[in-house]
Amino acid sequence: MHPAPSLILFTSLSGLGFGLFAYLGLLGGGLTGWPAFFEYALAYGFSSAGLLSSLFHLGNPQRAWRALSQWRSSWLSREGVLALATLLVFAPQAISQIWGPGDLLLLGEIGALLALVTIGATAMIYAQLKTVPRWHHPAVPVLFYLYALSGGALLFGQAIAAALFLVLLGLVQTSYWIIGARRFAESGSSMHSATGLGRTGSLRLLERPHTGASYLTKEMMFQVARRRAVALRRLFWAFGIAMPLVIVVQNLGGTMNWIVALVALACHYVGVIASRWLFYAQAEHVVSLYYGNEVSA
Amino acid sequence: MTQLPASTERALGLAIDLDTCVGCHACVIACKEWNTANYGAPLSDQDAYGSNPVGTFLNRVHTFEYLPDDPQTLSNGDQSAFQVTHFPKSCLHCQDAPCVTVCPTGASYKRSEDGIVLVNEEACIGCGLCAWACPYGARELDAEAGVMKKCTLCVDRIYNDNLPEIDREPACVRTCPAGARHFGDFADPESKVSQLVRERGSITLMPEMETRPVNAYLPPRPKTQACGETSSNQVAAKAPEQPNPQGFLAWLDGALAKLEAGASGSSK
Repeated sequence: MHPAPSLILFTSLSGLGFGLFAYLGLLGGGLTGWPAFFEYALAYGFSSAGLLSSLFHLGNPQRAWRALSQWRSSWLSREGVLALATLLVFAPQAISQIWGPGDLLLLGEIGALLALVTIGATAMIYAQLKTVPRWHHPAVPVLFYLYALSGGALLFGQAIAAALFLVLLGLVQTSYWIIGARRFAESGSSMHSATGLGRTGSLRLLERPHTGASYLTKEMMFQVARRRAVALRRLFWAFGIAMPLVIVVQNLGGTMNWIVALVALACHYVGVIASRWLFYAQAEHVVSLYYGNEVSA
Repeated sequence: MTQLPASTERALGLAIDLDTCVGCHACVIACKEWNTANYGAPLSDQDAYGSNPVGTFLNRVHTFEYLPDDPQTLSNGDQSAFQVTHFPKSCLHCQDAPCVTVCPTGASYKRSEDGIVLVNEEACIGCGLCAWACPYGARELDAEAGVMKKCTLCVDRIYNDNLPEIDREPACVRTCPAGARHFGDFADPESKVSQLVRERGSITLMPEMETRPVNAYLPPRPKTQACGETSSNQVAAKAPEQPNPQGFLAWLDGALAKLEAGASGSSK
């Protein structure tokens, strides 16, 4: 897929924001005053920035509100509804913690649950697509959770959780890259299944339907970034996992200084962008079979 | 409403004859022409007269080359038996259309009365997810209007009382000079398209995607003779026999033959 910056920012920023909301709802009830203000500002800031950047991907963003209507069948609609519900549920909780009497009964827990389900719904927008075998795998929601919980832990200053989830993230992401490379070949889709023509192995595209580009070739048969996969994986390992892990491990004993935590988060986010770029760029759509792109695993 | 109807009263669609299609792309052009002037936003082009023209089309013709899977060509193993098939591709109006259920706004829907899959452009936000959910590349986001375009089965022709009855079929079917495209109701076992499928069988595109397409692709008929035999052997057999040369030409022919034999002898 064409790795649109709006989508990379949407999934990575909202992952951070809703990850932090999960920690705030479950463990942040004791925060009051300025510390509560800063944490909620970060959570609202990242999640809203993510949601807003998703609007830039739309052909007609002025009608985005309509996307809240089809939650019965559409994961994208569910994601929107859940995200807004999370933001709304946390509003009285945040106000009460910052300026009022503090933690409100059960509101944090409900909000945390909604935040966690939102992260799952974001992942399902991709994991539901049979047409992209690399995405259509249970590892995709697991990864989206690990990204959100690693980033959220860094933002919340939870050194132990951050260390644990960063190690898990590194392992699962690397395994997923290995699994992902075989997904298209294992999907059962081929030029033969796409056309029903000829003896297997003898079929080739003689002529494309058009000599230039099209929406389909630009959007679904993106080739550029795939060549840089090795470099992007190294970036993910160095910035996304190793550097924040070193910082976090040095602070396992006490609470993390907020400047240190911010540096760790900044490093981590560079790695997240690198791997998310690959997530989109390496996604191969089965429609490429009609354009002669035989299984490339 | 993006939930699919449990069943549809009729199942309108196309039967596309891969044996008859000559790959002229007339259906592509007729489709572009009709759908630019009628239902919904026009099918726009960008840089139409420049060096990188791009545009929205609802129907595209691919061309494939392959060795046919029939016993005759399998047994002779002749590599010259390759066959070419033109492959028109547009929305298949699937019964389990994944493009409909992923739509977050309800803009994408399948009609319960005739099974046509349509986009309500007033409600489409242009997120592109339906195009991603479609395995067949049937949907294209129009760069000008920012809404998703797809085959409407010419819903504004087939029910249009202002048109002469002969024109009340999709533009691609009406224009096809080879008669390779047929329009009808697949839910009616006596319709022309149902009969065609009974006679000829049909190819399901990407059955592993479990989309249950309504459109049918009639497979290329097995050739009575392998292409290779027809082209080379028959032409050679029909070529006039060389008369035996007389006089000077006979001497020259003999001399050349000796030279040929000598040359091949010495080279051994």
